[in-house]
Amino acid sequence: MTAVAYPMAYQEEFGAFAKDEGDASPSWATDMRRAAFERFEQLGFPTPRDEDWHFTSVAQITEQDFRLAQPSSSVSDERLTPFRFGDGDWCTIVFVNGRFAPDLSRAGALPSGARVVDLATAWREDGTLLERHLGRVTSFDSAAFTALNTAFMYDGAFIHIAKNVNVALPIHIVYVADGTTAKSMQHPRNLIVADANAKATVIESYVSLGSATYFTNAVTEVVVADGATLSHLKLQRESERAFHVGTVEATQGRDSHFVSFSYAEGAALSRTNIYTTLAGAGCGATLNGLYMVDGEQHVDHQTQIVHAEPNCFSREVYKGILDGASHGVFNGKVYVHPVAQKTDGKQSNNNLLLSERARIDTKPQLEIFADDVKCTHGATIGRLDELALFYMKSRGISAENARRLLTYAFAADVLETIEVTEVREELERATLARFTEE
Amino acid sequence: MTNMLEISNLHAKVGDREILRGISLIVNRGEVHAVMGPNGSGKSTLAQVLAGNPAYEVTAGSITYDGNDLLEMQPEERAQAGVFLAFQYPVEIPGVSNAYFLRSAYNEIRRAKGLEEIDPMDFLDIVEKKLELVDMSAAMLERSVNMGFSGGEKKRNEIMQMAVLEPKLAVLDETDSGLDIDALKIVAAGVNALKRPDSATIVVTHYQRLLNYIVPDFVHVLANGRIVKSGGKELALELEERGYDWLLEPAA
Repeated sequence: MTAVAYPMAYQEEFGAFAKDEGDASPSWATDMRRAAFERFEQLGFPTPRDEDWHFTSVAQITEQDFRLAQPSSSVSDERLTPFRFGDGDWCTIVFVNGRFAPDLSRAGALPSGARVVDLATAWREDGTLLERHLGRVTSFDSAAFTALNTAFMYDGAFIHIAKNVNVALPIHIVYVADGTTAKSMQHPRNLIVADANAKATVIESYVSLGSATYFTNAVTEVVVADGATLSHLKLQRESERAFHVGTVEATQGRDSHFVSFSYAEGAALSRTNIYTTLAGAGCGATLNGLYMVDGEQHVDHQTQIVHAEPNCFSREVYKGILDGASHGVFNGKVYVHPVAQKTDGKQSNNNLLLSERARIDTKPQLEIFADDVKCTHGATIGRLDELALFYMKSRGISAENARRLLTYAFAADVLETIEVTEVREELERATLARFTEE
Repeated sequence: MTNMLEISNLHAKVGDREILRGISLIVNRGEVHAVMGPNGSGKSTLAQVLAGNPAYEVTAGSITYDGNDLLEMQPEERAQAGVFLAFQYPVEIPGVSNAYFLRSAYNEIRRAKGLEEIDPMDFLDIVEKKLELVDMSAAMLERSVNMGFSGGEKKRNEIMQMAVLEPKLAVLDETDSGLDIDALKIVAAGVNALKRPDSATIVVTHYQRLLNYIVPDFVHVLANGRIVKSGGKELALELEERGYDWLLEPAA
C-alpha cells in the first residue's frame, strides 16, 4: 500500500489522546480506536479522485494542523440562550468544544425509560448497549473521516429510549464552539438507540460563539428498532470560518420510521452525510433538508437510502439556496436491493441560485435491482422568477423584500415538513433574515 | 393643477422589436380612458411600460406622472406613488400567502408615505371589507398568491388588491379577457366602486363589452404602436360594429 499524506498533528494528537483518555474506557473501545486510526492512516483524507468527493476538496482541512480542542468554562448560560429551544422543559445536553458541560445541560422532563447521558458516563454505566451498537451502525472501513472520528471518540451524547416509551418533548444535543477554538478539532460521537415501538425526536445543533477556524468531525449512529419512530434534526450553524464534516447513519427495523431533516447554513466548508438502511420490511424513511449559503461557502450533502427489504417507502426533498460565490453539492443515492420489491421511493433536489457566481453540482442517483418498484427522482436548478419579482414590485414591495419573500417561499414547503414548531419557526426566521442584503 | 399623467411621443421596444412608436396621451383626475385596438397593437405594452416592467425598453419620449418623471422611477416607487397595474396574466407565487403578500405591499406603501405599519389583525379588518366588493371568500387570503385560482378568481384577486391599495392611477390590462359575464360584472362593479374624483383609470381592452359596465370618458384606438383615433364612449360602440380594419393603415 502506498503511503498517504496527512499532517503529523493527527499522529501526535492520537498518541497523546490514547495515553490520556483511552484508559477511562473499556478495552473493546480502545481496540476500536486503535483500529480506526490505523485505517485512517491507510486511507488518508479523500481527494477529488474519490467518487464521493468529486466536487468537494478537503484540502483546506488537510493543509492545517488541528489540535484536539481544550475544555472551556468560558460559555455562560446566557450566551447559549439564543440556541436553546423550549421553555426549559426540554432535555438539553450541551457540549463545549466537544466536552460535556453539565452546568449548561438540563435534564428537562424526560419520561422514565428515556436516558440521555454523556458518552463518558455511558462508557461506565451503559457498557453493554454501547458495545452492542457503537461502531456497528456505521463503518469506518472506507470512510476516512469516520475512521478519524472513531479514533478520537470519547465524548458525545448517548440516548436510549426503552421499548414502548414515547418521549413527547424533543431532546436537544448542542455542540457549541467558543472563541478559544482556533485551530482546534473536535470529534463528537453520538449514539441514539430507540428500542421497539419507542418514539422520540432528537435535535443535534452545531453552533459557534465566535468566528474561529476550527474543525468539527461528528458521527451519529441511530438504531431504530422494530416499530419505532425516530425524528432527527441536524442544525449546522457553525462559525463561517469553521470546517464541518458530519455523518448521521441509521439502521431501521421492521415497520420503523426514520425522519431526518438536515439544515446547513454555517461553516466555510461543510459535508453532511445522512445515511439510512431500511433493514426491515414495511418501514419508511423521510430525508429532508435545506442548505443556505453565500460568500465563499461550500456546502455538500450526501444522502444514501438503502432499501434492503420489501414494502418500504422513502421520501426525500432537499432544497438549496446559493448566493454570492458559494458552491453547493448534493448527491442523493437510493439503492434498491433485489429482494426489496414494492419499494416506493421519491427523491428531489431543488436549487435556487441567487447570484451569477453561485454554483451547484447535483446528482440524484438511483440504483434499482428489484423489478416491482416505484421510484422517481429529479433535480432542478433555477433563479428567482423575474416576472414574480416584477409583480411584487408593481404592488409597492421593494426589490429587496420581493427577493427575500420569493427566496423564503422557495424554502417554505420543505421547512413546513419540520414537525417541531420551535425549530420550524426558528429556521423560517433565519431564512427570512438571511437574504436581506443585496 | 397639472395633468395626472402625460405621455409624450413614447417609443418602446422589447428585444429588437419596436412596439410603441410615438404614443401621446393626457389623463386627468376623475377620468376613465379606454385604450382599445387589435392584437399586437401595443395596448399591453403601454400598460406594462406604465408599471415599469424591465422587459420593455423605452427608447424615446417621456411620461410625467403627478409632475414627476415616471420613467425614472422603479416599479415599486411607482406603486408607492399610486400607480397600479391589474395584470392580464396575474402571476402565481407559490409559498407566499395572499394575505402576507398584500400586507407587505400595503405596509411598504404606508412606509413610503411616512406612515406607521399596520398590524395583521387591523389589516384583516380592512381586507375583509374589500373581499365583499369582489365576492371573494376569506379563505382565499390564506392560499398562495394566485396559485390554483381560476381565471376569474385571478382577475377578482387583482381588483381586490387594487381595492386594498387604493391607487390614484389604475391601469387595467385586458381584465375582461377570459371572464364570463357574471365575473365581468363583479369586476366592473368593483372598479366603479373604487373610482374617486382624484383618481383616474385606464382600461385596456380588446372588446367593447367591458365598457358597458365601466363607462369611459375617452376611447383611444391603438394600431401599430400609435393612437390612430380618439373619441368619446360612442367610438367604442362604433368599433364593436365595424371592427378595427377601417382604422388600420393599408398594408405596405
